[in-house]
Formats: sequence, structure tokens, C-alpha cells
Amino acid sequence: MLEIFTHFADWLAYAVLGLDPASRFGSAVHFFIEDTSKILVLLMVMIYVIGLARASLDLERVRAFLQRKHRFAGYLFGSGFGAITPFCSCSSIPLFLGFTSAGIPIGVTMAFLLTSPVINEVAVVLLWSLLGWKFTLAYIVVGMSVGILGGLLLDRLRAERWLQDFAARAYQQAGDQADASHRAQTAPGTMTLSERHEFAKNETLEIAGRIWKWVLIGIGIGAALHGFVPEGWFERQFGAGQWWSVPAAVLAGLPLYSNATGVIPVLESLLEKGLPLGTTLAFCMSVVAASIPEFLLLKQVMLWRLLALLFAILLISFILVGWIFNAIAPWLDIV
Amino acid sequence: MKIEVLGSGCRKCSKTAEEINTAGAELGADFSVEKITDPKVMMQYQVMRTPAVVIDGKLVHSGSVPNRDTIRNWFE
Repeated sequence: MLEIFTHFADWLAYAVLGLDPASRFGSAVHFFIEDTSKILVLLMVMIYVIGLARASLDLERVRAFLQRKHRFAGYLFGSGFGAITPFCSCSSIPLFLGFTSAGIPIGVTMAFLLTSPVINEVAVVLLWSLLGWKFTLAYIVVGMSVGILGGLLLDRLRAERWLQDFAARAYQQAGDQADASHRAQTAPGTMTLSERHEFAKNETLEIAGRIWKWVLIGIGIGAALHGFVPEGWFERQFGAGQWWSVPAAVLAGLPLYSNATGVIPVLESLLEKGLPLGTTLAFCMSVVAASIPEFLLLKQVMLWRLLALLFAILLISFILVGWIFNAIAPWLDIV
Repeated sequence: MKIEVLGSGCRKCSKTAEEINTAGAELGADFSVEKITDPKVMMQYQVMRTPAVVIDGKLVHSGSVPNRDTIRNWFE
């Protein structure tokens, strides 16, 4: 299915522009055209589809569903809903409060909150089109596991102690089910088909308009690495034997948040030049998921202690993921 | 009428407030718009998606920037 973009690049680079497929410049231009057209088209389609799904997803029903679930199934479903619901700094707080005040166990809400930023549609499209479905699947499984285990751990630690007062009170009250009348006011009815289409269209234009330049920059850097860094260079520098390469990659990924779309195309070239799989995966998660500014917003509903704990859980699990995948990479044959 | 826009202060929330202001002025309505970022208020209205719009204490919209027709309807 994706070969169509190779044909398009063949046609544009060799037939229209008349470049020589054997020349270095010709193949670089071909690489650039193929990747940009493929990624931009896939992104638009995916954001639109997710936008439709999101317009149709009724959070009140998700919440009611989670309320009925047993705690352990709750972690799994909480994390699953987190994966399909895009995380945005604007929606994390009301969502967190909506879940908490409905008495959903704090760990289930945390499973949602931890998974949501790790797995988002933009990252999944980029990973799938650039690194293949195996890497993407590994990424999703690992991302959900981080959310589920993190949620479990936070429940064990009784993390509700570290909520801001008003949120902790709401959580407690929900246990008594005292405010049923207050809950009568629910969000206005569901959207019509054309409203969903409009919502998804607006999302697509808004997100695509914001990220297209990062995609181009990322692919440009990737193409440059592709051409100029010698084969196996990263393997010699940061090979799997160097244990510190994983924490270093996680730390390096932290400040790159806003450029997640620009960083993933670079990963393709990094892997190709021998950066170990686990290190790449850890770097990728750190870039996509751990955003300090978005985390600080959660201060409105949590005490510092819980905030720091959440951040530590994310960082430590990314490092563990890196080490584990570096260790098992030879048996995986992912890339 | 008293219109409140609930949200964490993201771009969509500002856009919602702006659109309401424009539509209200066009229709010559008597109204005020206030942006509210306090999470306690969002919890009070049981809002889980922002931006949300509250008119005279009643939640009328949540989850997206409302379109122009929807906003005009609120003023009628």
C-alpha cells in the first residue's frame, strides 16, 4: 500500500526533475520526497480518523464503564482508553477531575494519564511509516505496560494522599455516592455526523498546520545523517554494551518535547547507523511523552510530591525499557 | 446574560471566547464573557472536555470550539 509513495517519488525525482537515480543527490531528493509525501498523507488521514473517533467517544460513558470494572481490569482499560484518547494539556485536568470525582480508583486514572501522552496518533503514524509495524507494536505494548504498572504502583502507595485538597475531598465523597443529584447535569447531547466531520476536519487542519514544518526539518536531518554519518558509527559510540547510553538518551529526549514530530524521522537514520533498539525506543518515549511544561499544569490538582513521583516513574520506566530492549534485541529482529 | 468559558487557558479556549465576543457584538446582545481556568469550577460543572461554555450557570457546550451557528443560537 505504501509503495505508491515510492512510485510517486520515482516519478517526481527521476521523470519530472530528471535526476539520476545513481547519484547521491538524486537518491537524497528521492528519499526526501518519498518520506515527506508518505508521512504527510498518512498523518492527515490518521488525524482525521482519530478526530472522528474522538468526536464520537463519549467520555461520560467511558467513565461509567470504568466505574463498573474490577480494579485490575480497570488498569488495563484505563490504559487502553488513554492510548486512543489524545493527550493535550488542555484536557488532562478536567478529565483527571472528572474521573477522580466519580470515584474511579486513582491508579486507574493514573494508568490513563500515563499512557495517554506516550501513545498518540502522530507518534504512531510516524513510527509505523518509518520504522515498521513491529517497532510500533513494541512501542504500544511497552507504553501501555508503563501505564498499567504505574497505575498499580500508585494505588499501592495510596497516591490519593497527595492530591490537592479539593480533589482529594471529591474523591472521598464519591465513595459515599452522596452527590447523585448534583451529577444530574451532564454534558449536552452527542454530535451529529456532520458536526463530527467538522470537528475532525478542524483538528486535522489545526494539527497538520502546526507540525508540518517539524516533519520537514526532521526528515531533512534524517536525510543528512543518512548521507554523512558513517555506517555503524552509533554502534561504536553508544553500543548496547554501554549501559549509560540509555539514561543519556532519556535525558537528551526531555527538552525535545515540542519537536516530537521532528525527532521521530531522525530515529530512522539513527537506527540505520547502528543506535541500539532499546536506546532508540527509550529516547523516543522520552521525547514523545515527558513534557515538563505539561506536567507542571497538573500541579493544579496534585501536590509536588505526586508530580515528582509521576515524573520519576516515567523516566525510570523509559530507562528500564531501554535496557530490556537492548538486551533482547538480538532475538526480536525488529528492524 | 453572563457567559463563562471554562478551560485551562489553551488556544481553543481563547478562540471560543473570541468567537462569542464577535457574534455577540454583531447581534448587539447584552452580555459579558469571562474566561475561567479554575479546575474547581470545571469539576463543579462536571466538565471533562474543554473548552466548555456556561451561560447563566447552565452548561451548554463542551469539548470543542463551538461553530458560529451554535453561538448565534445561544443569543436568541
